[in-house]
Amino acid sequence: MFQDSIDAREAFGWKFIFSNEWDPVKEKFGALPFIFGTVVSSVLALLLALPVSIGVAVFLNEIVNKTLRTPLSFLIEILAAIPSIIYGFWGIFVLAPFMRSTVQPFLQSTLGFLPFFKGTPYGTGLLTAAIILAIMITPIITAITRDVLKAIPTAQREAAYALGATKWEAIKMALLNARSGILGASVLGLGRAIGETMAVTMVIGNRAEISASLFEPAYTMASVIANEFAEASGNLHVSALIEVGLILFAVTFIINSFARLLIYSFTRKTEGK
Amino acid sequence: MEETVQQYTSVFAKPKNLRRRKIVNSTMLFLCVVAAIISILPLFYIFFYTTKSGISSLNWDFFTQMPKPVGEAGGGMANGIIGTLILVSLGSVIGIPVGVMAGIYVTEYSGGLFSNLVKFVTDVLSGVPSIIIGIFAYGVIVIPMQGFSTIAGSFALGILMVPTITRITEEMLKLVPQSLREASLALGVSRWKTTLQIVLRTASGGIITGILLAIARAAGETAPLLFTAFGNRFWSTDLNQPIASLPVQIFNYAISPFEDWHNQAWAGALVLILLVFVVNLIVRIVTRDKFANKV
Amino acid sequence: MEEEKLNIISLPVEDDKEIIPEMEVIEAEQGGREFEVETKNLSVSFNGRPAISDINLSVRKQTATAIIGPSGCGKSTFLRALNFMHDMIPKSKVTGEIIINKHSISEYDTVDLRKKVGMVFQKPNPFPKMSIFENVVSGLKMNGNKDKKNLNEVAENCLKHAGLWEEVKDRLKEPAVSLSGGQQQRLCIARTIAVSPEIILMDEPTSALDPISTQKIEELIFNLKKEFTILVVTHNMQQAARVSDHTAFFYMGKLVEYSRTRRMFTNPKEKLTEEYITGKFG
Ligand SMILES: Nc1ncnc2c1ncn2[C@@H]1O[C@H](COP(=O)(O)OP(=O)(O)OP(=O)(O)O)[C@@H](O)[C@H]1O
Ligand SMILES: [Mg+2]
Repeated sequence: MFQDSIDAREAFGWKFIFSNEWDPVKEKFGALPFIFGTVVSSVLALLLALPVSIGVAVFLNEIVNKTLRTPLSFLIEILAAIPSIIYGFWGIFVLAPFMRSTVQPFLQSTLGFLPFFKGTPYGTGLLTAAIILAIMITPIITAITRDVLKAIPTAQREAAYALGATKWEAIKMALLNARSGILGASVLGLGRAIGETMAVTMVIGNRAEISASLFEPAYTMASVIANEFAEASGNLHVSALIEVGLILFAVTFIINSFARLLIYSFTRKTEGK
Repeated sequence: MEETVQQYTSVFAKPKNLRRRKIVNSTMLFLCVVAAIISILPLFYIFFYTTKSGISSLNWDFFTQMPKPVGEAGGGMANGIIGTLILVSLGSVIGIPVGVMAGIYVTEYSGGLFSNLVKFVTDVLSGVPSIIIGIFAYGVIVIPMQGFSTIAGSFALGILMVPTITRITEEMLKLVPQSLREASLALGVSRWKTTLQIVLRTASGGIITGILLAIARAAGETAPLLFTAFGNRFWSTDLNQPIASLPVQIFNYAISPFEDWHNQAWAGALVLILLVFVVNLIVRIVTRDKFANKV
Repeated sequence: MEEEKLNIISLPVEDDKEIIPEMEVIEAEQGGREFEVETKNLSVSFNGRPAISDINLSVRKQTATAIIGPSGCGKSTFLRALNFMHDMIPKSKVTGEIIINKHSISEYDTVDLRKKVGMVFQKPNPFPKMSIFENVVSGLKMNGNKDKKNLNEVAENCLKHAGLWEEVKDRLKEPAVSLSGGQQQRLCIARTIAVSPEIILMDEPTSALDPISTQKIEELIFNLKKEFTILVVTHNMQQAARVSDHTAFFYMGKLVEYSRTRRMFTNPKEKLTEEYITGKFG
């Protein structure tokens, strides 16, 4: 891949990352809008997914009884297994119209003074993509958070109860103890969101622009590759796309390595106790 | 001693705070329940909506007919279904042996630097975006072969299957008690025969479910096929030619402006969802038995 | 003096009468027997921590030797060293010499050695995905014996040897895990003798079993030593007295005393031994 993208590097150098012009016709390629779209949609997705995931993990591990736990955790597993193309499809036909008709006008009327919620509500756009991504990464974060919570010795929890803590206080203590593991889970979820392709491609609007509004269409690294690669005209275009892929690969690789190391060290630490 | 206990208890049990603490407690627990509902809701919605929109086009024709041109109702995705079958089967030929062997290596020959490295690499590989795998397959196969092909698509899917299979093989082999390995070795059976005939055989049920899981996942992958297998509107089983696949066809139909095509795409989506559901159900049942035996 | 000791370890009086004459016969017989297993300065360490050190022990052909000692003293470690089981464990180190059948262990190929030296484990561990029959012949089959008739013969023979034939002859095709614990353990013994070893190592073979199954296994050991050389680890002093000709007492990784079983239980040389077998510690 490194080799295949050499043309783009020779033509643009570091400007590739910082230029925000992407025009295949004029053969001008800058990846900034894609990096922007990827980062914003993924981080937003993580912010939405994290509290929900922790809630679900706590619910499954600590609140619900066994008869309900099995089917519920099965459903969450299914959520992780549904192909992303189906999420995207559902996003176009159900979520986007719903966003356009209900959520976005509501946000605009209540929080419209913020720059994030300005502009025409198309339905598709950054916010919609982030929501789809949040739905998709919730099961992943939930699963790892559950493992991390399970790794905490029961003795610790019982000690808290013995001292008169309420259930939530005991859980909070467990969560605080597990914070590095949960951080690992979040980073892993972030990595997944960054690399997600089809679902995002179908709902983000696919326009290489940088805008403060979350309602505006945007573009991500993965989706520009998905959309343009097969039909790319000219070597420079292909090479630029591969370079985008290379950036995407490097980012996810670093993020995943970091997450894995966090999770390894967390489970080793608790096992060692 | 008593003093410290009192110190701690006082943190939790100040009578003044007790009411507030109880309210916080029930609010937070309630929010957890809400979170669980929020997370499950999309699943039901997707399931419901896909069924509603897809069921009318999901009939015998869908599996046996070729796509009809725009404007004509009916037809099916026979080429896409066969294409997916071919792609996934060929992918399995690559993915299953590599995945299982990596899993064996990581567990049965663990401890060394290299096996830790293999474990780390498969863990990280499982997080590499599938579209990147597609680019990789493009560079390795499409460019040298000078064209999109079934082989390139299968190769991409095969690589995608590896981490899932490695992971589950690893988990299942870890469940095989060490005493069985020792018993076999003590009979004068060599290490690799022990691995193959005792360890692998004992864990076979679990490993097969892992393979099913990986296959179901590969069958729904779209991104890595876009520029490897590409897609094909016609019937093709030539390994050196582009080939249709169910997910890519769903994608193309979904973003098209035609109502008929949307319906077809929903039917395809329904097929994929059912596949995922059934496979996961099987995996659940099989692995539950596994764990029940162990505990 | 002798009377007193016996009472302390509370051997039932009947057993006493049975064992002692039998032992004398055996001792008379075995004087001229060759050594089958010898260890010279055998030491094993894990992560640099020694588990056993400088064990010198010689076992004659077709005798039963009991190994006793408090938990953690290195009995299993010693036994496992004899068939190279430690090379499964990373960071373990074996030094010294083991001589099996007049040949140093280093002259053997590991796999061949293990065919000569069988092992029965504390917990019965039949192969779960195999039938009773398959379990018995598994060692032969995995080593390439495909002769059906021969395998049938071996299976019957070994199951008879292990005293299990009458109980399972009608259900050979059933899964091995359907047997009771005691039956499973005898199945494991049958499986071990099917590869016709010369030496059988047993690590607390009855500690997971009920008294009746235990008795059956003890009888089995007593019979098997007519053909095999047996080393058996046990925590049960009476068991050691009943089945073995010689007894070795391990303490903190050292071989403290090694002598004829009768002597060990009636007139031990070492004070430590005496304290252990009289139950003062351990
Ligand atoms: N795999 C291993 N790794 C590290 N240390 C070990 C290992 N196996 C045994 N040891 C150590 O070696 C020593 C002797 O253990 P061993 O299992 O031989 O005792 P034992 O006499 O068989 O005890 P028991 O009667 O409880 O079975 C112990 O201190 C134990 O902790
Ligand atoms: Mg032991």
